[in-house]
Amino acid sequence: MIEAHAAAVSGGAAEHAHDEDHIHPPPATWFTKYVWTYDHKTIGKQYLFTAMFFGLIGGLLAMLIRWQLAYPGQPVPWLGSIAKAMFFFDDNGAILPEGYNQMVTMHGTIMIFFVVIPIIVGAMGNFLIPLHVGARDVAFPFLNALSYWLYLPASVIIFASFFVDKGAAAAGWTSYPPLSAVAEMAPGSGLGQTFWLLSVFLLGFSSIVGGLNFLTTIITMRAPGLTMWRLPLVTWAQFVTSIFQTLATPVLASAVCLMLVDKLTGSSLFLPAGLHLTGDKAVGNSGGGSALMWQHIFWFYSHPAVYILVLPGMGVASDLLATFARKPIFGYKVMVFSMSGIIGLGFIVWGHHMFVSGMNPMVGTSFMMATMLIALPSGVKVFNWLATLWGGNIRFTTPMLCALSFVAMFIIGGLSGLFMAATPVDIFIHDTYYVVAHFHYVVFGGTLFAMFGGIYFWFPKMFGRMCNETLAKLHWAVTFITFNAVFFPMHILGEGGHMRRIADPTNYDFLLPLQPMNVFISISAFVLGAGQFIFLGNFFYSMFFGPKADPNPWQSNTLEWTTPSPIPYYNYEKIPTVYRGPYEYSTTVAEGQADWLAQSTPGADPAEHH
Amino acid sequence: MENVAALPHPGVSLQHARAKFGMWLFLGSEVMFFAGFIGAYIVLRSANPGLFEREFAQLSRPLAAINTMFLIASSLTMALAVYSSQHGQREKVGNFLMATIMLACGFMVIKTIEYTTKFSHGIFPSTSVPFAIYYTLTGFHALHVFAGILALLVLWGRAQAPASATAMAGACELVGLYWHLVDLIWIFLFPLLYLLKFP
Repeated sequence: MIEAHAAAVSGGAAEHAHDEDHIHPPPATWFTKYVWTYDHKTIGKQYLFTAMFFGLIGGLLAMLIRWQLAYPGQPVPWLGSIAKAMFFFDDNGAILPEGYNQMVTMHGTIMIFFVVIPIIVGAMGNFLIPLHVGARDVAFPFLNALSYWLYLPASVIIFASFFVDKGAAAAGWTSYPPLSAVAEMAPGSGLGQTFWLLSVFLLGFSSIVGGLNFLTTIITMRAPGLTMWRLPLVTWAQFVTSIFQTLATPVLASAVCLMLVDKLTGSSLFLPAGLHLTGDKAVGNSGGGSALMWQHIFWFYSHPAVYILVLPGMGVASDLLATFARKPIFGYKVMVFSMSGIIGLGFIVWGHHMFVSGMNPMVGTSFMMATMLIALPSGVKVFNWLATLWGGNIRFTTPMLCALSFVAMFIIGGLSGLFMAATPVDIFIHDTYYVVAHFHYVVFGGTLFAMFGGIYFWFPKMFGRMCNETLAKLHWAVTFITFNAVFFPMHILGEGGHMRRIADPTNYDFLLPLQPMNVFISISAFVLGAGQFIFLGNFFYSMFFGPKADPNPWQSNTLEWTTPSPIPYYNYEKIPTVYRGPYEYSTTVAEGQADWLAQSTPGADPAEHH
Repeated sequence: MENVAALPHPGVSLQHARAKFGMWLFLGSEVMFFAGFIGAYIVLRSANPGLFEREFAQLSRPLAAINTMFLIASSLTMALAVYSSQHGQREKVGNFLMATIMLACGFMVIKTIEYTTKFSHGIFPSTSVPFAIYYTLTGFHALHVFAGILALLVLWGRAQAPASATAMAGACELVGLYWHLVDLIWIFLFPLLYLLKFP
């Protein structure tokens, strides 16, 4: 293995060094430094800030949703009086049922497409991948800038759709036809839905461009000595995610194009014959199409999208757990194989969203089996994380608390997923709050905690300053407690039959006894929402006034910690040579020696000895 | 898994090797994009085979056959352009590129004739599901041909000005890869839409 590395270093060295060591001049103007920039770190921050803005909007929508469910039909305090003119609200400032549908739709769309994916892939991936492979930038800096500048118009379009005639899309983030395809069916299914489709198409384009850029970067730009098996797991996770992004997102694009054809030309690809709106009036020129087809094509992308959301979170958690347990990650290669297993299976399980949509029971059973198989690689990962903690010298910093929360919440979200994977159980809990609880445990409890952990962890590298640790811990505590207070009772609501997208639960007698729980959830949600301002305040204060950070405040091994904080635009003065894997904590400790060994410190690789 | 594997053979720049790898990934995503459409076509057609056969009988096979010839010929001229660019024959590169552009434009002209004839007979995407999927498949393919023509024109312009021979060869190969995929998609669309008949 050592000979192979030597060959890698010397064989391609002449040309490699010439190509890679060259430092380009710094961006000359304000415009090329902050706006149309090729620097992957700045593009990552552009993603981060745009997504944080949309996080505020998505969060506000969540608060409105919770207000309506706890106090249906009552005017929204102060906001209602301002927002009367919007389609969402009636004259008293209370939320209209149609408006409620739009809020639910836009909350889901914004949080998934415009907050979580941009932060976990756009911001984290952009910032970390070139650093972790020891490169000056991504493989295609122009495409990288283009990817952000496709995301931005997409977010402008989705934001503008709130203000078009009759408001934003209202057919759910899944946009099932015929509800989404026929303008008369819901207020938002006219222009609002068309905006939604255009926006998602642009975003898909941005995703594909980003994915192929990351893949090319990781495969072709690794520093000398940095084999694939020496990459940090967060970069492995981005690698695996990028395969999803490159190969699954285009299928979403084709689904969106087909629906655009329906909406713009009046065709009926998704509209079966005999579709009546009210009474005898047939809808448009329906006939010959298949509504179920949308669900198949849409979920072919959108189920893998769930793994696009969670895999990078798994990667972040792995890095954080190893760093703060001061131990090598348990079963490094198995972690990679299990992620690969998740993507392999992830492509063939989309049908489990459609158990009650109508399908051959044999097909349903095979989707059920494939879905349950995903529990295996996921379980392997969880046990590996626990084994990493076992006997570790654990440091309870905020990033570590967030990573631990990720593991705990992912276990709950993963287990509830198993129940829904079983067809007979799913028929009972389908479209109830049980589902809502499940995916919030995975995406909020899982990915968002990993994201917070990642931001606290890499903040010194991004801005050269440290976050306030006390405020960060407070933010973590508030978020962790209220998150569970909000989403755990939703399992019980779901078991009680509380439907997923109803605007007024008090209309149903059988839900009345559960209404106090809705009130409790809403109050917890308001605290959860307010708690995020601790994060924002800490973030922006520390960005400008936090204490200056050391190059390596967490005593971590990976390459980015060998650069100054903040990182210069060229990343590495000299392209580093890598001598070992990323998790050499406490492996070769002599008395009085540091318990970590950076990847680029010359010397033997401890892994070679066993 | 060594990163030597990523290093290209001598004479090809590292950046070109990367661009080529990225292009293959992009082509993979294009295949998936059309796979979504073709999947929809299969679902819709198998639900209503009789209707599809009746409607597609109105499509013009001779025009589509000529178009197929055009695209196959353009693939040949494209391949010749790539070959010439790799052997430093600048003049030939320009000529072969122009031939490719001409053939591609011929394809677009015939496609326009096909579309306008259909429109004049009152056949639109809203006419029936078979025509909706026909217009979707051929329309998005035509958009790809159009994008290809733009890329070829830029390339042709570069072939006129003195530029580095290796850079030209690199760009030529990338556009060539894309162009062959656009042809290949048509090779699938032609039988699916114009020829296929179930006994």
